Amino acid sequence: MSDTAVSTTSIRGFWRSFRRSRMGLIGLFMFLVVVLMAVFAPAIAPYDPKEVVRVTIDDIYAAPSAEHWLGTDDAGRDVLSNFIYGSRVSLIVGFFASFISIFIGSFVGIVAGFYGGRAENILMRFTDIMLVIPDLPLAVVIVALTKPSLWNIIFVIGALGWTGSARLVRSQTLAVKQRKFVLRARSIGAGNMHIIRYHILPMVLPLIVVNTVLVISLAILNESTLSFLGLSDPTALSWGQMLNFAFTRGAMSARAWWALVMPGLGIVWAVLACTLLGQGLEQVLNPRLETHHLAVGVQMVDRGAEVQA
Amino acid sequence: MAQDLEQNGTAPQKRRVLVEVKNIVKHFPVRGGVLQRTQGWVKAVDDVSFFIYEGESFGLVGESGCGKTTIGRTILRLIPATSGSVTFDGKNIFDVTANELKKLRRDIQIIFQDPYSSLDPRMPIGESIAEGLRIHTDKSAAERYDIVVEMLTRVGMRADHARRYPHEFSGGQRQRIGIARALALRPKFIVCDEPVSALDVSIQAQVLNILRELQKDFGLTYLFIAHNLSVVEHFSDRVGVMYLGKMVEMASRDDLYRDPLHPYTQALMSAIPIPDPTLKRQRVILEGDVPSPLNPPTGCRFHTRCPLAFDKCSQEEPPFKDYGEEHYAACWLLETGEKGASKLTRENLPDEVRLVEV
Repeated sequence: MSDTAVSTTSIRGFWRSFRRSRMGLIGLFMFLVVVLMAVFAPAIAPYDPKEVVRVTIDDIYAAPSAEHWLGTDDAGRDVLSNFIYGSRVSLIVGFFASFISIFIGSFVGIVAGFYGGRAENILMRFTDIMLVIPDLPLAVVIVALTKPSLWNIIFVIGALGWTGSARLVRSQTLAVKQRKFVLRARSIGAGNMHIIRYHILPMVLPLIVVNTVLVISLAILNESTLSFLGLSDPTALSWGQMLNFAFTRGAMSARAWWALVMPGLGIVWAVLACTLLGQGLEQVLNPRLETHHLAVGVQMVDRGAEVQA
Repeated sequence: MAQDLEQNGTAPQKRRVLVEVKNIVKHFPVRGGVLQRTQGWVKAVDDVSFFIYEGESFGLVGESGCGKTTIGRTILRLIPATSGSVTFDGKNIFDVTANELKKLRRDIQIIFQDPYSSLDPRMPIGESIAEGLRIHTDKSAAERYDIVVEMLTRVGMRADHARRYPHEFSGGQRQRIGIARALALRPKFIVCDEPVSALDVSIQAQVLNILRELQKDFGLTYLFIAHNLSVVEHFSDRVGVMYLGKMVEMASRDDLYRDPLHPYTQALMSAIPIPDPTLKRQRVILEGDVPSPLNPPTGCRFHTRCPLAFDKCSQEEPPFKDYGEEHYAACWLLETGEKGASKLTRENLPDEVRLVEV
């Protein structure tokens, strides 16, 4: 049995449905722009933000010019270069923190949903408690108490953002668990691990994928917030930190709008990209918004065409 | 030699019993209120006993909600029984270790009613068929594939179907996939839980014939759960009739359809459509609905609707007894009355009971 044939047809089918979502396509485009910017930062950015420069008074909050397209910041550094490099930290935190969140959330959700009983009670009550505690103050406290390094920030954001995924995954697990094919697997002697691996996970995975993308936007936003509040690693240049520097070091009174607008736009862009992409994916993958019957029709029409050809 | 003896009838060999169900009880708790306390019990199956000979099809009929499916699932240990025992091939399956149970699961398979929901929509059907092999054997992917192809061919499908997904098949095809899947581990005993109820009439015969053929070729034993009496008549060697969690009658197919003893069975039989518009017969219309299994009637559970019920029926439960040639039934009229007293005939019935000419 060639598995590749199967997976390509399903990927093709997936793309066919995804293409119909205009929002999803826009999100994908915006997302790719940010990712490419982050990956090729050294090639795109006109200056290296870490480079030591001699600064005169004229270089501070210098207005946009041919030399500095988006002007300079409070330390006389090129805003455009900072902006480009800043996307790296935002994305790194976004990705890793959301992976932590999704991992914890999926684990808690599947265990609670599948095993039920006392395990479910304990896990879901714990989730409720985490859900009720406001994320930001707790994050501020934890980061303030620990060393504000990049990995600490990632860990804190990841460890606080899993509750929504846990609830979502649990509800889907509960629904899948009731399906006949799970009962049937049990009747032929499949153990819990086998059922989770071969039946529950494949059915829950689409939901997890969608949720990951949505959680990324949340993580990016949280990172920016923490950085803006001055709780980030001072050496890790991010959009939130740029805002923090501009805000605390007089960009407003210097009327240096470029120092504030650019990082703000970057954050909005990245968050919007993930949200749109997530919604696009959701339309295709979320079983609650299923349009399977349409997809099947398309596939059958295609197969008919192949047969005729 | 043994065969000769059997055919001459001089020394009728007792056939081997493969599955024996004894006094099985399944009560489901009904929870309610703020604290989710148990407020009552649904007596889905209440003290049911029967046995299945090796190599036969045992039909189990009854209305929806009478406990047929629950019995099937309890035999497979998919739901734990409240009490009672099930012996399979000499082993009490409620009393085996986890390891032995896993081995037993190879021998006992199930075919579900709904061929749509019993196949994992995200698993190619070849994988579904091979799943049991993956769990129970250490066969390589190639060996598994060979078995999958063999099984698919047995049920009249093609090898290249193996990598397709369930939604690409029709209901009848899916049910055949379900059969192939049950067959892959070469079981001895298959519980067919309404295998054709969800199918078109034209497809029903096809699926039944496949089941019949496989029984012959592999020496399978079936527990055939259904509510369609014609299908059961076509398919079963022996038949059990259930009403509200109780077995009311059990006999060989011919005995049961020719001479039903229990009034409930007779009423059921009179409701079977006969494909002959000129044939006139009398149909007994039962009054009322099936009582709730949450609070079943005392005594004989059928007494609230039985046109022949007398005072004893509501007080004491009739025994489930053999009334000759393994024709079991549970009715006080058989126990106390003269021969034929349990028959729903004009002479026996009180005047107010409607007999409809159809």
